[in-house]
This record gives sequence, C-alpha cells and structure tokens, in this order.
Amino acid sequence: MADNPSPFGAARAVTLPGPLALDGGASLAPVDFAYETYGALNDDKSNAILICHALTGDQHVASTHPVTGKPGWWARMVGAGKPVDPARHFVICVNVLGSCMGSAGPASLAGDGQPYAMRFPVITIRDMVRAQAMLLDHLGIETLHAVIGGSMGGMQVLEWACLYPDRVRSAIAIATAPRHSAQNIAFHEVGRQAIMADPHWRGGDYYADGDQPTKGLAVARMAAHITYLSEEGLTEKFGRRLQARDAKSFGFDADFQVESYLRHQGISFVDRFDANSYLYITRAMDYFDLAEEHGGLLANAFKDTKTRFCVISFDSDWLYPTSEAKTIVRALNASGAEVSFVELSSPFGHDAFLLDTPGMNATVDGFLKAGEG
Amino acid sequence: MTDLRPDLAIIADHVPEGARVLDIGCGDGGLMAALRHEKSADARGLELDADNVAQAMAKGLSVVQGDADTDLADYPDSAFDYAILSQTLQTTRAPDAILGELLRIAPRAFVSFPNFAYWRVRASLLFGGRMPVTGALPLSWYATENIHHVTIDDFRALVEKQGIAVERAWFLSGNRQRRAAAANLLAEQAVFLLGR
Repeated sequence: MADNPSPFGAARAVTLPGPLALDGGASLAPVDFAYETYGALNDDKSNAILICHALTGDQHVASTHPVTGKPGWWARMVGAGKPVDPARHFVICVNVLGSCMGSAGPASLAGDGQPYAMRFPVITIRDMVRAQAMLLDHLGIETLHAVIGGSMGGMQVLEWACLYPDRVRSAIAIATAPRHSAQNIAFHEVGRQAIMADPHWRGGDYYADGDQPTKGLAVARMAAHITYLSEEGLTEKFGRRLQARDAKSFGFDADFQVESYLRHQGISFVDRFDANSYLYITRAMDYFDLAEEHGGLLANAFKDTKTRFCVISFDSDWLYPTSEAKTIVRALNASGAEVSFVELSSPFGHDAFLLDTPGMNATVDGFLKAGEG
Repeated sequence: MTDLRPDLAIIADHVPEGARVLDIGCGDGGLMAALRHEKSADARGLELDADNVAQAMAKGLSVVQGDADTDLADYPDSAFDYAILSQTLQTTRAPDAILGELLRIAPRAFVSFPNFAYWRVRASLLFGGRMPVTGALPLSWYATENIHHVTIDDFRALVEKQGIAVERAWFLSGNRQRRAAAANLLAEQAVFLLGR
C-alpha cells in the first residue's frame, strides 16, 4: 500500500514496519493502517481525539462510505457544530486491526503474496489498541484530548485508558462492557458457526476465486442484528405485519416484514464486509475481559488513573446493559477516578449510540468542553 | 452564592477551599457548579434522575447516575472530605444506614431536610386534618417522594443513637436563618454538619 504524500486527511493509508507484538504470542510485520483525520492538530498538539469504531464499523466516521455511499457512521457526533468538531478538534479514526477496510487483517497479503486468511494471528482488543498507538506514534501524537467509542469501540476506549493512562486525558465509553459475557460469546459463536458451515468458506481460503461464504456471513449478521435492536423497537417498527402481501403464504418466503428487513440487513452486509474478518474481530471481543487482565479486580485496571471518564448506557440495550456500565463505574469510583455516568432512555436498543438519542450529544459535548477549560 | 437554595447556600459557605466533595442527590448540579467555581472544590455528584444527570454532565460536572440507598457502597472509605445530602434523607429507604455511609466515605457530612414538626405542618394536620403542603413540602401526599418524615428532634435522637457528632446546625424559616431556640417548632428546615 503506497504512502500518501500528507499523513493527514480523508482516505489515508500507511504501512509501518512493525513488528507489532500480539497478546497471542505472534507478532505482525509490516502493519497496514487505513485511517482518516479531520481538522488540524493545534500548536501544542492538545486537541487530538481518537474515535474507535464498533465491530463492523470503519474509518469513515464522518465521510461517505466508499462501498455503500452512505454518510459516515457517526456523522451525528462528528462534524461542524457537533460535539466532536473539526473546527476545534483534530479527529482520528483508524480501521481496526483485523478488519477489511484497509488495515491489516485476514484479507491482507502475507509475506508469500497470498492472503493471510486463517493464517492471520488471532488478535485481542488490546492488540487493536497497541496498533492504534503505533499509528499515533507515527503521526507524532503523544497525548489524546479524548478517546471516544461505542460498543467494541468502548472496549478500546477502556483499554486505552488502562494501557496508556498518560496518553489519555479523557475517555468516553458508550454502550459497552468491561468484559464479554457468556451470552455475548454465545451469540458470536452462532455467527461464526454460520460462516464456517457455509460450503464456500473452505477453511477461510476463499479469496482467490471470489466465491465467498456470503450466505453464512449474512446469517451471522442477521443473528447479530437482532441483538442490536430491542423488542420494543422491533415491535414498533414491524409488529407482525406482512411484507407485500395480504395473507400468509403457508411457506417459507419472507411473509413478515421483520424477516424481509433482516434478510436485507444480511445481504447488504456481505457487500461491505469480509467473513474472515468477522471471525477474527468477534473472537477479539470474546476474549475481552479487563478485570482478568488486571489480576481479576476491575478497579486495578484504573489504579491511580488521571483520566476523566464518561460512561453512557441505554435503557433498552440488552447486549451491553446498564448493569455492565455500572460495573465499570463502580470500579472507577473505587479507584478514585473522575467519572460521570448516565443511562439514557431510548427505544432503539444497542444501536441507540449510532442514532439520534436525546441527551447523548449534549452529554458528550459538555464533557468534552469541560476538559478544554 | 445568592442564587442557591437557602440550605445549599449555607452548605456552600461552609465547604472549605479545595475540598473533595460528594453531593448525593445533586439534582442538575447547581451546588456542585458553585462549589467548583467559588471554592475550587473537587466536586462529584450522585443523582437518581437521568435528565438531571444529563443536564449536570452537559455543564461539565462529574455526576454518576445512581441511588443513594444502594450505590454509596461503591465509594471507598474516606474517598471525600465532605459528603452532602440535601433534601434527600427523607426520600431514602434506609435513612439510618445512609447516615452511616455518609460518614464512612467522608469524615464530615452536611445533611439538610424539611422539618415535619414545623408549626405550619403541625397546624395543617391538627386543625385542617390534611397532610401539609408548604414551601418546604410543596407536593401533595400522593405525589411526594418523602417516605420517611423526620423532625429536627427525631434527627438529633438518631445521630445521638448512632454516636455521630453534631458539629454545627443551622435553622431556616423561609429564606431567613433563625436561632436554635424552639427550632423544632419554628424552623421550616434544618442543615446539620455531622462528624464521625
């Protein structure tokens, strides 16, 4: 991947020599990064904000997605007049390690010129954060005004504060958890098994002929998508309404609107995501357990921290419920950290952090501005 | 600090410069903001209502959404210099346990509450036969959050029983401070500074 003339701006890519030592014992070299920056770094380099994306997110946080043509996934949060504003912040968003939007992942070429596929080393959330730190070193950014993320991005936020406490002045973790629960792991396993059961998966070696395990990946996405919504939201949006027909077909077509919606979610997902990346990233999330990384006591993860924390949960999120957020808050209180926490009300379940949720932008805005003196 | 509620103004006046403070039931953070700006206090808040928390956070304050009855246990011993519980004691499920928690997480605590032995309250019940609605008790019986009605004398008896020291006390009728004499009858509300 060729280096761009300036390291700052939209659609950037760089290959760093590495090596990047990984939790699993392997190391990666060289390491590809795809990322975007918005705004300008100020003279004392104090206005940098790193945004961490979720499982199937990408670096296009506030720019048009090249495949779907849709606006950036967090254009509600990042932009002119928004809480994260390129007019006063230098914004960085990196495609996560293991993903398929340009950063090193199973679809990347290994030393032998062939895609890594399942030869790609298994990675962790901490590895993703180490990789981001490697890129920030390259960009000359020592300290971050804030690290912000939701869902898996929130896990990276917490890991950043633990791994590099001196580099993070404030941390905003939204709709996330300090560890993956048995239920979380169970849902991910359903998705992985769907992919691996697809005859086109072939042990992950499907890159050469372009015949990808799209059916398995679509099913994985459909199952996951249900966990991102709430029963209330689904009922409100679809109920038991039929799709483009007046009566049940007494067959297995998508009679119900909700079936049609899920099928669409699954099919459109395979156009923009790689099945092997889905395996690796869900695995990284399953391995995540911040307390375990710190002697079994979560408060130890934040010992003597100087970072200001903002934790936000949503009342209809059953994937990473408020009880998980409160576990984080309790640990931060026990370690004397400066922490704010609010449970916002939304009918949209886990997805609330990506949508217009009353109070979220004002909360993030107030928290960021308070840290800017 | 004239724009603060009278009990909060007394508390704010008596928090020392630079103190570490936990405001329990901090509402939208008015007292915390005053303490931070005028006393350079390191103020943290705990508040039950999500809208209040969001408003306080939008002001840049560190506030955790939580319940005084259950969540004070999350704070370590002596994590603060002062704990503040204003107009909240009478809404908690276990006021006696809360007092113990306040003085566990801080060596000193300010507690303010409406006095249910205030003469207007007594008169309302005695002559009107109705539950009182006054300045300090503005809501009707069915709408009030107050579940443990307390008088100044009741409060003194409880802290004495728990071996808690009363370091200072202030009594208010309307916006005016009044003397301690016959406060149980004549004061609408009270502010106590407690010590271990």
